[in-house]
This record gives sequence, structure tokens and C-alpha cells, in this order.
Amino acid sequence: MTFIPVHAPIRFGLGRSAGEALPADPAAWLLGQLARPEPAPPGGSVADAIAALVQDRAEPRQPGEPGRARLMFQAEQRALLDHAVTTGTPFHERLVWFWANHFTVSIRRGEVAPLSGPYIRDAIRPHVTGRFGDMLLAVMRHPAMLLYLDNAGSTGPNSRFGQRARRGLNENLARECLELHTVSPAAGYTQADVTEFARVLTGWSVERQQEPLGFRFRPGIHEPGEKTVMGRRFPEGEAGGAEALAFLAAHPATHRHLATQLVQHFVADTPPRDAVRRIEGVLRDTGGHLGAAAQELVRLPAAWQPLTKLRSPRDLVFAAFRAAGLPAERRPDLSGLLAGLGQAPFNAPAPNGWPDTAADWAGPEAMMRRIDWAYGFAGRPELPEAPALAETALGPLLTEQTGTEIRRAGSRREALTLLLASPEFQRR
Amino acid sequence: MHKDQTLLTRRGALLGLGAAVALGRASLAMAAAPTDRRFVVVILRGALDGMAAVVPYGDAALAQLRPELLPPAPGQDGGLLDLGGFYGLHPALTGLHGLYKAGQMLPVHAVAGPARTRSHFEAQDLMESGADQRLSSGWLNRAVLGMAGRPTSGAPISIGVALPLLLRGPALVGSYAPQSFSQPQPDLYARLAALHRADPVTGPAIRQGLAERGFTTAQLAGTEPPSPQDRYAFATLAGTAGRLLAAPDGPRIAAMELGGWDTHAAQAARLAGPLHQLDAGLLALRDGLGEAWAQTAILVMTEFGRTVRANGTGGTDHGTGTVAFVAGGAVAGGRVLADWPGLAPAQLLDGRDLRPTADLRAVAKGLLAAHLGLNAPALLRAFPGSEAAAPMGRLIRAA
Repeated sequence: MTFIPVHAPIRFGLGRSAGEALPADPAAWLLGQLARPEPAPPGGSVADAIAALVQDRAEPRQPGEPGRARLMFQAEQRALLDHAVTTGTPFHERLVWFWANHFTVSIRRGEVAPLSGPYIRDAIRPHVTGRFGDMLLAVMRHPAMLLYLDNAGSTGPNSRFGQRARRGLNENLARECLELHTVSPAAGYTQADVTEFARVLTGWSVERQQEPLGFRFRPGIHEPGEKTVMGRRFPEGEAGGAEALAFLAAHPATHRHLATQLVQHFVADTPPRDAVRRIEGVLRDTGGHLGAAAQELVRLPAAWQPLTKLRSPRDLVFAAFRAAGLPAERRPDLSGLLAGLGQAPFNAPAPNGWPDTAADWAGPEAMMRRIDWAYGFAGRPELPEAPALAETALGPLLTEQTGTEIRRAGSRREALTLLLASPEFQRR
Repeated sequence: MHKDQTLLTRRGALLGLGAAVALGRASLAMAAAPTDRRFVVVILRGALDGMAAVVPYGDAALAQLRPELLPPAPGQDGGLLDLGGFYGLHPALTGLHGLYKAGQMLPVHAVAGPARTRSHFEAQDLMESGADQRLSSGWLNRAVLGMAGRPTSGAPISIGVALPLLLRGPALVGSYAPQSFSQPQPDLYARLAALHRADPVTGPAIRQGLAERGFTTAQLAGTEPPSPQDRYAFATLAGTAGRLLAAPDGPRIAAMELGGWDTHAAQAARLAGPLHQLDAGLLALRDGLGEAWAQTAILVMTEFGRTVRANGTGGTDHGTGTVAFVAGGAVAGGRVLADWPGLAPAQLLDGRDLRPTADLRAVAKGLLAAHLGLNAPALLRAFPGSEAAAPMGRLIRAA
């Protein structure tokens, strides 16, 4: 197997950065990032976010004036995007974005906005090299997820409150947890399993009034009695939910589902079966150790086949800004750029998150917008010359054809446009 | 709404477009005595073939050098637009021909900057820096500083998305970029479509995307002009520039850019579109300026010319001498300014290029001196090291 060093930051990282030395041992460079990731950008807590939501509701604002929650979201978003453009441990950061997408929360559900930063910080980031079961538990207890998928108010019909108030179950979180987050439909669960799992999760809610603000188990809305999900019995109470999640996290179907998604993200749109089996085996043998799975991805020969993946708009923008090396004050608001390219941060249209295959992103108008975006970006006066940017961003992966077009371009801007919109820069 | 108010509103919008810091509130509120002179520089990026825009049809050597690139002689159907018996304008330049006949347009032929490089980027940098090395500021910006003592009204503006090097520097500059201008020329789309052709995913997507945006294969190949909207994008922009410049408290200096000149292949078909855009743009600029046209000078310049011989693909490669246009109501036009070097083999530069006999800096300096009143030290600050290139005289009509 031949390692092309620049492939490591392109495939596993977020694009090669200007001034970043190419690793002599690309695999060791990647594995080192898992051991010593750069610290996450700081930000507010879950309690801060909930307080902001409550205060916004209590104090009416002028039209057009952003509330506390909105400002908190914008600050978190800016910090996270900035971190992606500058971090020296981009493989670790790609894993953060991968798992955040696996466990999508979206501001299309408004209350999620101020909680999205704390969500990444508290539920996702600490676990990307830890155990999947820990991440799953942290996600399912997090107010961002409990509000996004409507579990906070899900009420056991036979609970004290449910009987009095005629409130009932909301299956949304239970269904998506089975379908998207853990075992996937391949496990063959039934509607009865979904309903029963929803009963298990009743009472997993959000405290907005009293300290401590955040997750709260509410016995008053929890469905009494034992429940059976996929043939397993789980006791009444908060512990039943934790046990059910531990069961699901360790399920072989979950390992296969996670392995398939990881391989699709790091190897190819159509995941090679032997690669999936290897990752699946690591998850099984290590009890769902995501760090071990990430290490194994680096060792997959198929993961070193260059440029098999089309960059998502987010990957494209990150790669361009990393390669350009613009100082912070010269960087525009990336969230606006991403919105124009169809991938505004924390704005996935549905709980299954952003798609991960070329066919999903390479629509005709989407590709035209990429070209127009490249042309707009290429007009920035402080950019390096196209040949220098090509050397940084692609090195030997620049094709002769693109190199020729760049040399023959009629202006610096045209040359940069040709580079940024070239087939090889559109891929990772 | 009263016309002036419209313009002030436009100017307000201009100030808000990311340039507010550079422009500052003082400019917005300024009431300084307006100068009456307007100066516009149009950069043609990609190297205009000067011998195709202003054809020296009277030179006996021409027909052998590039027969496939020559329009019919003046007077014939689709023929050259005559400029006094030796030179003829490309048939797409009807508007410029009208200006010429009105005494408001002056081609300067066999012109080039002092540096000999055939790299677009290097040549453009030097052309805009006004020096023999790339500087961090452009000559037009330094020229504005040199106008001190003649208070300018309004900051210079750059029309387009990015501020060209030409206008970068210590003098305050704003920029104006309508949304529609942030799309490349059809030719660039075509080159990208070609790069993606072999990609099974992005290749078909881009072909389809171009079709959905209404481009025909012929338009992308440059053998047919682009759709009216794209065709007049530059003219729309130029019209806006004209109205901004015409405002009583508006800016007085503007820079614009137009691409599409790098005609390595199928030049006869590909050049008509950009030339037409340039032609329509200069007329739109005139119309936008209205009465202020009489106080206006425009310099149209490109980084270098192209080979006098056609290459193997019906195009031309990077050369040296080319043409510059000076136009405007203030210009002493109606003639071609050239010390024609000739096209015989021994007269060519390096056996391939039109030999330059005029220095582009001398043209620019002549305009800065006569039109904007820059004195000798200010001219040398704009063009350091240009002592040998004396300001060209008789470009501007005597007041």
C-alpha cells in the first residue's frame, strides 16, 4: 500500500492547512490526534441555554432583535466553525462532526439552538474516542435531543400525570433511537418494540424551572411496570431506560450499523463489505470502543484510496479556508456561506442528518452553486496564488489536466476558481 | 423620487456593502467641493488581442500572418469599421466606432507595459502596481492620494466583487458588487465542465446544471454569445458605475474588470462576445454619466497582447504589444495614436509578437496629468521608476 501523505489530512482530517507540515508517518499522525486532541472551544452550559430560553419567553423583544438563545447559538456556531478551520487535530474534529451528525439535532426545532453547543461539548465530544454506550446515554439524556425528538413531554398513559391529564406517549425519540442511532431496521424490530421502548423512555425530560436546570427524570409521567423491547425485559424507572440503552448499544446490529456508517464516511459511498466487517469486529471485541474503531479505520488499506468521497459543502468550505490560511479577522461568517451551499450548521432537515454520498450532494444546481461559490471565494484579494494553494491543498493529487488549466487561466481569480471547483478539490 | 435622491440612496447602499469601515462616516456626510472630472479604468484580464480589436488592415504583412482571424475589409458585409484608412475596429465595436466618429475615442496601438513577461498574473500585477515589481498598492490608489490639494468628492469605487490591486492602497476605497456579478463567464463554466467530464457523478451534474441555467453548447464553446442577461451583465454594472459617478457628491474614480480575453482557441468566434460586452458597457457608462460624460476619461487596458500569427487551434498565444483605448467626453479622440512598428519578420518582437512602441505607463500618466491634474512628483509616486516614460500628450481635449 502506498501512502500519499497529503491524503491523510484530506480524507481523515478537514483538508490540509497552509503551513501545516506533512506527516512523515501519516498513520501515526492520525493516531496521535486521537490520543491528544486539541481542547474544544469553550462556551455556555446546558443550564445557561435553558435559562436563555426561559428568559427569552418572559421578556418580549423588538421584532428583529435576536434573543439570548439566538445569540448563544451564534457564538457557539462561530466558535465551532472557527475551530474546524484552525484545529491541529482535524481527524479528531472530523469524528466530532461525524458523531454529531449520527446523533443529529437541528435548529429546525427552535429550542435546540442554544443547546446545540453544549450538546456537542457534553454529549458528543467527550466520547468520540470512548465507548459508544456512554455517548448514547449522554445523548439520550441531553436536553437538546430530548427536546428535538419530543421526548421531554412523552407521558406514560398509566402514570399518575397521564391518567389525570389524558396525556400520552410520544414515540419519536424511541423510534429514531432504534432506527437511526442504534440497531437500524435491519435488526427486525416491530412497532410493538417501538411503543414499548417509548414507554421505557417516558419521564426522561428537561427541567426548566428549578435548579439544577437540565435533564430530569420525572417519575410522575413515567409509565409504570416492566417493559419488553426486542425480547428483553427492562424494569420500571430511570434505570430501565439506562439498561435498555446499554442493551441497544451492545447489540450486534448496532455494531454493524455503526461500522457501515463509519466505512461509508471514511472509505467509499458503497462501503466495501470486508472493511465493514473489520470495523464491526473491533466494535464487538472492544465493547463498542469508538477510539479503537477510529484507529482501525486508519489501518484499512481501502481508506487510503484517494479522493473516493465527494466533499459535502461543509467539507468543501472547511478545506478551502484551511488551505487559504486566512487570519481570523479575514474570515467571513462561514454559516452564511454554508447556508448558501445547502448545509447550514445544525440545520439538517431531518433526524437522519446530512447525507454522506456523492449522489446526495451532486445535484446539478448544487454543483453550479459550488462553482459560483468558488468564483466568489477566488475573488478574495488576500488569497495565495493558485499554484501555491494547489500545492498546499492537493500536492501530488492535483491532476495534470487541472494543473494545465490553472497555468493557462486568464487571471488569478480564474485560476483559483478552476482549482477550487476542480474535480479533485471537490473530493476528499 | 428625485433623481439625485435615487443616487444618494444608491450611494448609501454602496457604503453599506462591507466597505463602511474603509469609507467611514465622513465620506457619507461629506460636502466637499466636487471636482468635475471623472476617471474610469477598465481592466481586460486575460490579454486582449489588440490586433483583433484594432486591426492594422493596411499592413501588407497582416493577411499572411493570420488569415483565419481577419474580418472582411471595411465596407464589406460584416467588415471592419474603418478608422481612417489603415486601422479598422472589430465589427463588434460599433459603439466605440460611434465614439470615435464623435471625436471621443482614441485607440493607442502597439502599447505595452515596461516588463516583458508572458505570465498573466505577473503581468497583471505589474500593470496594476505601476512598477517593475508587485507592490501592495496600485497606481490608481496612489494617484488619488496625489490629488491632494484638489479635494476629491467621494471615495473611489471598485465595481465588482473584489478590490483589484489597481485600487488597493492607503486611499479609501469602496466596492459595489451586485449579486448577479458573482458568476463567472460562460467560458470558465465550460472549462470546468471539461475538467469534470470524466467524473461519473459531478460530470453529468454540471452538464445538467449548465443546461438548466440555459447555456447552450455553442454558448459554452464561445461560438455563440451568451444569453442576454449575461451578455449585458457588464453593461448593467457599467451603467450603475456611471450613475454613481454622476452623482453630485458621488465618487469620481472607478475601476472595472472584464474577463474572457484569453483566446487560445477559436478566437474569431470567441472574441466577439467579450468585445460586444465591452462595447455595450462603455456606452452604458456614458449613458449613466449623462452630462458628466463631458468631464470623463476612460482608460481600457490589458496586461499584454497576443501572438501576431494564429496558432494551430484558430487562436493566439501570449504576446506583447497590444491596444489600449482612451475614451470619454473629455478625450481628444477621433484618431489612432500609434508609432506603427510593422509586421514584417524583422519588425516583430522575438519573431512572434507585435513590437511595442508606446509605454502603457505613459498613457496612464498622460491622463493623470492632463485630466486629474497630477504634478510630476505625484506621477512618479503613482509610477515609481517611470522617469523614462514621459506623460503622453494630447490625450485630453483642451478645456
